[in-house]
Amino acid sequence: MSLTPRLTAEQAKASMAEIEPAYTRQEAQVEADRCLYCFDAPCIMACPTGIDVPAFIKKIATGNMAGAGRVIFEANPLGASCARVCPTSALCEGACVMLDRDQKPIKIGRLQRTATDHILSTKQRVLHAPARASGKRVAVIGAGPAGLGCAAELARLGHAVVVFDKKPKPGGLNTYGIAYYKLTPAVSLGEIKLIEDLGVEFRCGTEVGADVTVKQLEKDVDAIFVAVGLGRTYALKIPGEDLPEVVEALDFIEQIHTKPLHRVPVGARVAVIGCGNTAIDAVTQAKRLGAEHAVIVYRRGAADMPAYPYEYELAKRDGCEFMFNTLPVAVESHKGHVAGLKLARTRVDPEGKVAVIPGSECVVPFDMVIKALGQEPQAGLLKTLFPKMKLTKAGTIARKADGQTSIPHVFCGGDAANGGREVVNAVAEGKKAARAMHRFLGGQPVEGPVQATRMGVRGKPMGSGFDRPVRVPELEAEYRAKEGTPTAATT
Amino acid sequence: MADLSINLAGIKSPNPFWVASAPPSNTAYQCHRAFEAGWGGVVWKTIGDPIVNVSSRYSAIHSGTSRMVGFNNIELISDRSPETNFREIRDCKRAWPDRALVASLMTDTREHWHDYLKRSADAGADGVELNFGCPHGMCERGMGSAVGQNPEVIETIVSWVMEVAEIPVIVKLTPNITSIVHAARAARKGGANAISLINTINSITQVNLETFCPEPYVAGKSTHGGYCGPAVKPIALNMVHECAADPGVGIPISGIGGISNWRDAAEFIALGSTGVQVCTAIMHYGFRIVEDMIDGLSAYLDGKGMASVNELCGRAVHSINKWETLNLNYKRVASIDYDTCIGCNLCYIACEDGAHQAIDLVPSTGRGLGPGRLPGKPVPQINEEHCVGCNLCSIVCPVEACLTMVDRDTGKPPMSWQQYQERLANGEMAPIPAHP
Repeated sequence: MSLTPRLTAEQAKASMAEIEPAYTRQEAQVEADRCLYCFDAPCIMACPTGIDVPAFIKKIATGNMAGAGRVIFEANPLGASCARVCPTSALCEGACVMLDRDQKPIKIGRLQRTATDHILSTKQRVLHAPARASGKRVAVIGAGPAGLGCAAELARLGHAVVVFDKKPKPGGLNTYGIAYYKLTPAVSLGEIKLIEDLGVEFRCGTEVGADVTVKQLEKDVDAIFVAVGLGRTYALKIPGEDLPEVVEALDFIEQIHTKPLHRVPVGARVAVIGCGNTAIDAVTQAKRLGAEHAVIVYRRGAADMPAYPYEYELAKRDGCEFMFNTLPVAVESHKGHVAGLKLARTRVDPEGKVAVIPGSECVVPFDMVIKALGQEPQAGLLKTLFPKMKLTKAGTIARKADGQTSIPHVFCGGDAANGGREVVNAVAEGKKAARAMHRFLGGQPVEGPVQATRMGVRGKPMGSGFDRPVRVPELEAEYRAKEGTPTAATT
Repeated sequence: MADLSINLAGIKSPNPFWVASAPPSNTAYQCHRAFEAGWGGVVWKTIGDPIVNVSSRYSAIHSGTSRMVGFNNIELISDRSPETNFREIRDCKRAWPDRALVASLMTDTREHWHDYLKRSADAGADGVELNFGCPHGMCERGMGSAVGQNPEVIETIVSWVMEVAEIPVIVKLTPNITSIVHAARAARKGGANAISLINTINSITQVNLETFCPEPYVAGKSTHGGYCGPAVKPIALNMVHECAADPGVGIPISGIGGISNWRDAAEFIALGSTGVQVCTAIMHYGFRIVEDMIDGLSAYLDGKGMASVNELCGRAVHSINKWETLNLNYKRVASIDYDTCIGCNLCYIACEDGAHQAIDLVPSTGRGLGPGRLPGKPVPQINEEHCVGCNLCSIVCPVEACLTMVDRDTGKPPMSWQQYQERLANGEMAPIPAHP
């Protein structure tokens, strides 16, 4: 049976509505007032883009909404989407001192959303390019978070920037690939407008390598930033994978972002293979779009899942099901359509190796299979575009700490370089590379950020998240391993 | 159970908690509700020649999530007729004979004062309170704070009243005066049996930055109003103490000003009030708050081994003295409990920019994960050599009992400024070196 839409327009709208609605003015005020306004605050250190969190929260508290939004966007030009998609419990909120007071951390993400929403809804220009242009031109390949982070910073430093993307709209995963109930394309495109207002030129629907060659680009520009992200989803490599109802998670999610919600076809019994954050986005949205059963099939146990605990909780609340220690062996078909999955039980040995338990096979009926095994680096594409560019063994771009590749005038950042991290990491890498490119183009080194709320620290400040972001769970694990003492759990 | 009953200059009530003369004591209906809730007394909304009020009347300031930390009003005295008020006082007193019912009065001439006094006594009031305090509206007509700001006038009017007084007379004082002690002494000289303080403070709570007209807004204009609520408590406590400590005053005090709970009340009583009056907290939460005021004060007195609230009265009066009597050789310093420090570093920046640069930021290594959950993140460390013991860091610290002040023995005998000056004059010691 082929896939069909399952909900009316009203049902789909309600079902896919934002899970965290905006704060009311008073809710934001109450939450902002909880903030202690720490000096040299740990939340700043935990933000990869180094947003001055106490500063913007204090501005919300005093009713200076435009100022709050400006503080955020100046540090992070994708502040509106990061407010919605950042794993705040591992970053800023995970570092909040309130946790040491046995209290809930300040809801930094939601407050950030309040401030950035204000900017987007009032259409204010908060980012500005210098009056005097540098005369240098930069091409950015890929209008995803890294490319946008780089483009915004370059424009703010006075350079002319052209951003290329093969998709019809800019934003990359922010516009096409995040769960709809977390981030809608409208928000992503709204904040990209701020970058356009800086004078950045967008050439969407233009594929570098096909519509324009790198050689042509190199004639026009002084430097190139490569932010092509990752490629296709890893294959299952099992019989039946080529059936029409076997789809990639990102293709499924992209449909949700490009079609009316009630026109998105979905199965009645949907299996999602994999258990990362994208798998969760896929399974929850399949369920919300009307699937009777939406099931995660994961070859390891719950404790090993790469998805954040709060994503797992969300999927369970949505009524999604989980088959742990289960491996797909084949996709079963009937008359050329998906009819089910042949599954085997697995055992994970102490070294972490997965082994199939012999004789445990069974067939479970499904009519749709979504692959969410993570994405492959685009080694092939990169080799074609930049034959001399050095890649890592994993197929990502080899780079220096500041983002420079083995080709001096080519810089990189985001998933194509880091192999796949958060939106906020991509933005920060883009911004860092932009500063390195600024120096490469003959500009003065850009210092900072020295956030307003850290002003007056005696001696040397510890460094902001932009210099050296910290991740609280990793720090805690490191500390526990070293000290062997138990610590309070994060949220 | 401690005995909570009080006797304020002959006015008896089963507990020290009275409803102040204000909107909550406007009618018999409210008076009944107050007594049902447990209030020991009610001072009736000020009775005088009928007035006309405006709309709107109140404004407030909020702090964070705390609403109404300061409150002001431009409402005048009772807008009901004296006949209605006295009739209702009579009914209420009949229904609640064990409670204190005090008639608050405001009028002008000697004859009028005599008339209102007589009618109060006839209605069965246990006492009267002369309103010499209201700082808005009535003062423009030569009453309220216009009286309370002039000790000679206070003395004159009180003496008129005392000519006919058959029941105790309390004089309610305005804080809008350079020294309230002079007003209190004048009341005493005029023959008053007690004083009550403070009335409200002249104020403008806020300016609307769109309209440039403050609240309370009345058709495009506003006026200064009487300020009250928790924010005025420190001012009231100081004035209560000034009167309690002054030998020229020497009459019982009914404490008023920002009292919201039993702790506030206990502080007023410890500074010399016999009982207290409450308004703003009732306007915020209703008469029901008296339940915990009674319960809490009772438990506190029991815990202190005091058999009666009267044992608490004035207990703190003598610990407050002139600055020149304080011991110059006493030293306290700040101390941080790293088990509870959360690493917010508010103490650091407060001391660094607002005090004496006596806190350093040092790596948290060796102090466990955190404070602030980030290993190696700087944490505050007190530099005792530079610490002057000012208390600022302990005030800004958001964690209970984390940053405390501890005594340090200087090894020197106590010496006040007075003694220091004497010893210098006698050549017994060299001057203390100036702070670097």
